[in-house]
Amino acid sequence: MSPAADRPLLEIERLEVEFDTRRGVVRGLRGVDLSIGRGETLAIVGESGSGKSVTAQAVMGLIDVPGRIVGGDVRWKGHSLLSRSRARQARDIRGKEIALVFQDPMTSLNPLIRVGQQISEVLRRHLGMTRADADLRVLDLLEAVGIPAPPRRAKQYPHELSGGMRQRVMIAMAIACEPELLIADEPTTALDVTIQAQVLELIAGLQETLGLSVLLITHDLGVVAGLCDRVAVMYAGQIVETGSAEDVFERPAHPYTQGLIRSTPRLDDHMERLVSIDGAPPSLLAPPPGCAFYERCPIAEARCATLPPLIPIPNRTAGSVACWRATTNAWDSASVPPGELRAV
Amino acid sequence: MGRFILRRLGQGFLVVLGVSLVVFVAMRVFGDPAKVMLPLSATTEQRAEFEHLIGLDRPLPEQFVTFIGELATLDFGDSLWQRRPAMEVVFERLPNTLMLVGAGLGFAMIMALPLGALAALRPGGIIDRVTVIGGLVGLSTPQFWLGLLLIMLFAVQLRILPTSGIGGVSHLILPALTLALPSMARMVLLVRSQVIDELNQQYVKTARAKGLRFHQVLFGHALRNVMIPFITLAGWEVISALAGYTVVVESVFAWPGLGHTAIQAIQRNDLFLLQAIVFTVAIAIVLVNILLDVIYKFIDPRIKLA
Ligand SMILES: Nc1ncnc2c1ncn2[C@@H]1O[C@H](COP(=O)(O)OP(=O)(O)OP(=O)(O)O)[C@@H](O)[C@H]1O
Ligand SMILES: [Mg+2]
Repeated sequence: MSPAADRPLLEIERLEVEFDTRRGVVRGLRGVDLSIGRGETLAIVGESGSGKSVTAQAVMGLIDVPGRIVGGDVRWKGHSLLSRSRARQARDIRGKEIALVFQDPMTSLNPLIRVGQQISEVLRRHLGMTRADADLRVLDLLEAVGIPAPPRRAKQYPHELSGGMRQRVMIAMAIACEPELLIADEPTTALDVTIQAQVLELIAGLQETLGLSVLLITHDLGVVAGLCDRVAVMYAGQIVETGSAEDVFERPAHPYTQGLIRSTPRLDDHMERLVSIDGAPPSLLAPPPGCAFYERCPIAEARCATLPPLIPIPNRTAGSVACWRATTNAWDSASVPPGELRAV
Repeated sequence: MGRFILRRLGQGFLVVLGVSLVVFVAMRVFGDPAKVMLPLSATTEQRAEFEHLIGLDRPLPEQFVTFIGELATLDFGDSLWQRRPAMEVVFERLPNTLMLVGAGLGFAMIMALPLGALAALRPGGIIDRVTVIGGLVGLSTPQFWLGLLLIMLFAVQLRILPTSGIGGVSHLILPALTLALPSMARMVLLVRSQVIDELNQQYVKTARAKGLRFHQVLFGHALRNVMIPFITLAGWEVISALAGYTVVVESVFAWPGLGHTAIQAIQRNDLFLLQAIVFTVAIAIVLVNILLDVIYKFIDPRIKLA
């Protein structure tokens, strides 16, 4: 019964999610394809509203009214997590084999429950531990995520912990059952810069010691470079480019990816001007039938009004792009001037 | 904790002292007890004798000191109507009111939590709609009318419950229900909207992402947070009942509690009895408030005892 060993752990296929809102149906995800292998670290990058969090929530079964999954599938080790008949199995997997760390540690913990208990809850739920055993294990977990004085901290309430500490608690909760996949949705955005690096280091360290696969959601390209094997770029509810981190950063193929990289400040060369991509992503209430980047793209042409498929990039091992005119540098070769220039 | 309670008791004592000052001023400075309590036909001599008897001919500060002294010993003077110590009447009637409030609001609270939570599980669903409409009707129904309606239905038409008075459990049902329904309506609506709110909080997403079962998320996480506003409203309902609703309900059902007695004292110009009732209710309200603070402290770790 066991699926082929080289089969990806998590496969997301043509996933479509919609939200019913007062202004109409928001098409949050419009056919997302992704997969993560064992031990792999995949980053999803993209602007705000591109659908990164919705993707993570769909995997965790957290999409509910006003949202719904209208198409596609999410498979874990070959079995669908979405099918109704396997809802119980899916719930047993979530929190145990797949765990999620949210963006905002301030609101992600229950304010009325001791942090130790919030961690031990997972252990009792999935591993059937007794309260006493779970409480002991909580201390190890707190230690593992670098929280000093675990016995004291375990008895504290979330408001008694700093943001960084709370995020460590969230991570301890996530790794409690030694998951195979850790999804981290912008785990550092809400934290101080100095704490950000520590939390990322922690995740990287845990990945190494526990052999975790990690799905890291971020809009900070700087974070991705050091930490991830592969990158998927999202735009307006779709994946527009995937590839090894090196390929995506050094040889981006999609004009949007190129624009994104151009607009990221680089520490090593502070004289460079910051360039932002002109315009805004299309409304997901009525997304264009063709390429979503059409309006902002410097090299758009007539055929871009039909949707480009996500196809493998020639001569690359694991790279794909959804662009009819993928080039090495859309912005410099463009006849149109690039977006607004801002001095840094 | 002990120190906190002591401190709140001290503050409560000050509140009661403040109430006593207000009552004193209202009665002795602006009011004229002799005029109120004696019949219109009383002669000037009778009035003077009465005023001397209860000390109204003394200077005001001296009267106040005496007044406070009497309060301290729970000596509110004799009820003119009952011709016995006012406090004796109060102690006789107080348990009836406590029984009514306890049964009525206890029922309301026990019903409101599951009903509100059930409605919140499917906002806009059939249970939710029925609950919301029922809640809105309940909270806009005048209590005296509700009482009469219940009497007509259960006592007059169906003849399964007594119309009024006090006796066994059967006598308690209708007045308790009359007291309960409007409070329950407010509580149900609050619980419903709070549960909807809490289920949308990020920590609930965390709990669900942990793979917790739905009942664990609801009872273990969301409802705990709902208890904070719920306790606030429940406390407010208890205080409102003591300070007002029971007056109406007890009068409709001739339930011999403090509220009904207060109305009788007013009708009979029995100022001393009325005073005794006002103080008792004030003290009860202070105690309820302290109890609320203690409960908050148990539920919400963010509250610092001060
Ligand atoms: N509960 C919801 N109701 C309506 N629309 C929603 C809801 N949740 C998400 N969306 C829509 O789905 C789209 C994708 O949202 P998502 O939260 O995944 O963006 P994101 O890429 O995570 O952005 P950010 O970087 O700001 O976190 C957005 O257009 C958003 O408006
Ligand atoms: Mg997001």
